[in-house]
Amino acid sequence: MTINGIIEIVFYCLIVLLLIKPLGLYMAKVFNKESTLLDPIFCPIEKIIYKLCSVNSREEQNWIKYTQALILFNFIGVVFLYIILRFQNLLPFNPCKCSAIPADLAFNIATSFASNTNWQTYAPEGIISYFTEMLGFTVQNFVSAGVGIAVVIAFTRAFAREQTENIGNFWVDLTRSILWILLPLSFILAMVFIFEGVPQNLNSPTQIITLEGKSQTILQGPVASRESIKELGTNGGGFFNANSAHPYENPTPFTNFLQLIAIFLIGAALTNTFGRMVKDERQGWVLFSAMAVLFLIGVIITYYFESIGNPLLKDLNINGNMEGKEVRFGLVDSILYAVVTTAASCGAVNSMHDSFQPIAGMIPLINIMLGEIIVGGVGVGLSGMFLFAIIGVFIAGLMVGRTPEYIGKKIETKEIKMSVLAVLILPLCVHCFTALACVTPFGVKGVLNSGPHGFTEIIYAFSSASGNNGSAFGGLNVNTFFYNLTTGLAMLVGRFLIIIPTLAIAGSLVRKKIVPPSNGTLPTTDLTFVFYLILVIITVGGLVYFPALSLGPIVEHFLMINGKAF
Amino acid sequence: MKRKSIINTKILRQATVDSFLKLNPATLIRNPVMFVVEIVAVLTTLFFILSICNIVKESPLFVGQITAWLWFTVIFGNFSEAMAEGRGKAQANSLRQTKTETKAKLLKDLESSDYKLLPAEELKKDDIVLVETNNIVPGDGEIIEGVALIDESAITGESAAVLKQSGGDKSSVIAGTRVISDWIKIKITSNPGESFLDQMISLVEGAKRQKTPNEIALCILLVGMTIIFLIATATIEMFAIYAGTHIPVTILIALLVTLIPTTIGGLLSAIGIAGIDRLVQHNVLAMSGSAVEAAGDVDTLLLDKTGTITFGNRMADEFIPVTGVSELDLADAAQLSSLSDETPEGRSIVKFAKDKYGLRERNLAQLNAEFIPFTAHTRMSGVNFEGNEIRKGSYDSILDYIKQKTNNASFQVPHDLIQAVERVSKSGGTPLVVTKNNQLLGVIHLKDIVKGGMRERFQELRQMGIRTIMITGDNALTAQAISKEAGVDDFLSEAKPQDKLNLIRNEQSKGKLLAMTGDGTNDAPALAQADVGVAMSSGTQAAKEAANMIDLDSNPTKLIEIVAIGKQLLITRGALTTFSIANDVAKYFAIIPAMFYITYPELGALNIMKLNTPYSAILSAVIFNALIIIFLLPLALKGVAFRPLGAAAMLRRNLFVYGVGGIIVPFIGIKLIDMLVIFLHLV
Repeated sequence: MTINGIIEIVFYCLIVLLLIKPLGLYMAKVFNKESTLLDPIFCPIEKIIYKLCSVNSREEQNWIKYTQALILFNFIGVVFLYIILRFQNLLPFNPCKCSAIPADLAFNIATSFASNTNWQTYAPEGIISYFTEMLGFTVQNFVSAGVGIAVVIAFTRAFAREQTENIGNFWVDLTRSILWILLPLSFILAMVFIFEGVPQNLNSPTQIITLEGKSQTILQGPVASRESIKELGTNGGGFFNANSAHPYENPTPFTNFLQLIAIFLIGAALTNTFGRMVKDERQGWVLFSAMAVLFLIGVIITYYFESIGNPLLKDLNINGNMEGKEVRFGLVDSILYAVVTTAASCGAVNSMHDSFQPIAGMIPLINIMLGEIIVGGVGVGLSGMFLFAIIGVFIAGLMVGRTPEYIGKKIETKEIKMSVLAVLILPLCVHCFTALACVTPFGVKGVLNSGPHGFTEIIYAFSSASGNNGSAFGGLNVNTFFYNLTTGLAMLVGRFLIIIPTLAIAGSLVRKKIVPPSNGTLPTTDLTFVFYLILVIITVGGLVYFPALSLGPIVEHFLMINGKAF
Repeated sequence: MKRKSIINTKILRQATVDSFLKLNPATLIRNPVMFVVEIVAVLTTLFFILSICNIVKESPLFVGQITAWLWFTVIFGNFSEAMAEGRGKAQANSLRQTKTETKAKLLKDLESSDYKLLPAEELKKDDIVLVETNNIVPGDGEIIEGVALIDESAITGESAAVLKQSGGDKSSVIAGTRVISDWIKIKITSNPGESFLDQMISLVEGAKRQKTPNEIALCILLVGMTIIFLIATATIEMFAIYAGTHIPVTILIALLVTLIPTTIGGLLSAIGIAGIDRLVQHNVLAMSGSAVEAAGDVDTLLLDKTGTITFGNRMADEFIPVTGVSELDLADAAQLSSLSDETPEGRSIVKFAKDKYGLRERNLAQLNAEFIPFTAHTRMSGVNFEGNEIRKGSYDSILDYIKQKTNNASFQVPHDLIQAVERVSKSGGTPLVVTKNNQLLGVIHLKDIVKGGMRERFQELRQMGIRTIMITGDNALTAQAISKEAGVDDFLSEAKPQDKLNLIRNEQSKGKLLAMTGDGTNDAPALAQADVGVAMSSGTQAAKEAANMIDLDSNPTKLIEIVAIGKQLLITRGALTTFSIANDVAKYFAIIPAMFYITYPELGALNIMKLNTPYSAILSAVIFNALIIIFLLPLALKGVAFRPLGAAAMLRRNLFVYGVGGIIVPFIGIKLIDMLVIFLHLV
């Protein structure tokens, strides 16, 4: 660990911290339909969209209608993307002459992009046409992020309103999150990327002769426009296979830093939006603090183990573990990226998590396994945090001698039922699919490394898919029928079987009266609660993975200390 | 009142028998966590038999011990429920005993005088029974004819008999009480099995008990955690297969049982029953478990001023003489005028004169004095002796009296007397003016005396976040003065029953939960509307039916204890849940290294407790898991120590004790058991 490295990490945290309030305020205005600077541009467009789609923007929906709209929208999105992928050879903007995608892979890709996972089992360059990139992937990158934001805004309204059925209008929330938030931010970021050298064109690949006199094909395309939403919408799916380690996706340390900020930006600011909408900003800061503490613990552990490097190579006098890392970025930028991208459900990578030291590689895995609630995917990360807060408040509320309430809303059977269901889905999905892969020949066949490392690769893959992260540990051949099908299912389950109970909770909470706080009310705005919430996340969300982790990275670590590496 | 000790051989014996009877899966399924333990215990029993027959290659000694401890886990869980039930039942049975032995004298109708004898439990609603001297009241009911002195000590423990009569607020009688003089005719108000007592008994019987919504929610959480750990342990086998090994089923089961929340699962219903039982110990009958929980939630207490906050009778507090009259003279006159005054006010004047001025009581007969009693017409009382006429009464009546006696319509009242009267009125007191031979002596300050310690109790309540509102029929000025002195947060003056109801609705619309006590029929609507309505057992049937708790002692102050019991119930539940979940950390560190001992001996690094052998580690974790239920049982039955603290302080404290403690205790416990297991050569 170096002073420089620590300064960079601190500097990064400070910038994110500074951006939370202004963006949080702006987003609160957008969803409360207060006037903003961008109204003159987007209000007319918004009206046209509603007119075209015959949406009555004044009509509000109860949770069931809201969920139905959300599911319908995503279903159409999956089908639309699937069709594009299956017929991209017939569609325009295909200078590379990419052929149609096979059915199992197309299913996997479609669910992957619609669920904000962006899990990629293939090298996109050369097999995905520009048309698919733009109308398929980029569109899904925007709308899947918009859906996530809509979910958390609907959830927030459940606390802000009382004794009503309605949690908002899905179409309005989706449209406004895309027009007012995602589009302008992506546009600015894309412009900066272009200035920094990220390509943005529709050219066919350029053939060049290298200095060594060999021929090389330079692939390019509309990269910058997808790169910006890839980070901002915590999508993570790359234009190139190497993702953000590729010089066209991430050309300079400056773009790397911007990407890191973009990944956390909206998710972190939503905590403030939430606080403002429930009229108590501290409620948002408490959730953010819990996220921040967990994040920093992860960064410190990863940084520590990566800077020590492999103890077996101690005699070679290598500083830190540079295997699988892009030398342009070095150690700190790589570990920071790894922790940020998994904490936030982004899944963009600029180094190979597979090559991290066992314990360092375990941190990204744990980040995903906890449900990506450390900032998390835009919207869904925060709503995942609510689930833990609800379970936590339930037990803590009992400990102060009252039937529990959170932000003035009583937490009762229905909320607990749905929270437990939502929290249950992820470990259920991860364990079952991993177990299946462990004992079936198709599962084991994909594993490229032996021993506990191979096991980590399998469980990382299913955690990433179920958690809608999309990053790959690597070392696992997943473009097979078995993995395309299982990870595809895991992505759908991990996305929608969590969103549905989450919205059900919103529907139940919004009906309740707001109970005014008293001295006897459990305070959810102090340090004790932050500490307590972290404990709940670790015990309720994390403990269950302990046996699996001990068979993966933990035992690998002890084996390595004893001189056995994989 | 006498508290029952936790251990009682008879209850203990019954509970032991019950804990085996409760192994019946049909009843155990109500407790899903323990049900899972029972299923896996059956499985390991099977494995034990197979290992004895050498069909599976596992050590029968080890499998046998694990099996035994799994069964113990279930039995301990059952035992704790049975213990709680036993204690509650013992309490209720002693109440019920009288009832079953009672014969009722059933009348055909109100007019008839011949009755037929039948057992009390066969009485139905609307039956009319005759209860005569020394008979026991056969069922809850309402007096429709007659007056009787009733001994309620069997129910309330209060030795003083109470007078009950038909009509008004003193008409209801409780089964099990005894008529000690005269006779009454009662109309029975509940069917067999529906009386307060019956409801009470069913509340403390685990099998019939309805789970409260909060218990159901907690249960769902526990079931969720059980499912998660079920999946996590079941999949370990597949992961192990991938790692090229195999984990014996017994060990997987051991891990599962130690991870699922058996501690709280085993104690949950005991906690609920014990909470209700604690209420019974305070002589309060609750109509449902949720009412007890609601008591913990209450934000606002509505307390009647009279009898709850103040003693109910105004008492002399000060003698204020006019200029030229000594305090002693005034006291002397006041005392003389009150010697035969049997009203509480009169007695308090005599007492005050004695306490403060050392004036002994005198015998009016010896003084040859004539007592003038208070009448509604004169509105004053007094005494005539040796030609002296002393009168005391309200300012207006005394003034009229003097004007009439002296025939002086323009009688001048001393200025300082007017001032004294005004001062007393403003402070919420009642001024009594004393005159002797038409000369004004001064003013007696009669005051509503606030009960000792109330101020502190209200302060405690405030710390817990509970507001108190005083309800009184007094005018606003008086109400304000008393509420200030008692330290209540707010008051409702000149309150009519409708105002009370409106106040409750108004507070409830703000999301608050209210508790109140009441005894009269006119309290019934408010009692029904309040979230926690406590009826006095001396109150009317209507009040009792509207309420969700009944205080057998008829002590309105008890509302405060009821709130504390409700809170304690919830805290105990939360604390033991936290403890149970926190325990898992240590169990992982005991079992995981042992589990993979053969494939990955390197995981021995996680054996931070330095447990001796893999088998001793697993066995110790399972033993700890079973024994902790028994160790925590007294805590579950007594409830965790409750102190009136703010929520933030309370959370910090309980989180430290039960959260951090829950992480540390099993490390020590498992280590000690491991040493013992090795010492006894159990593995």
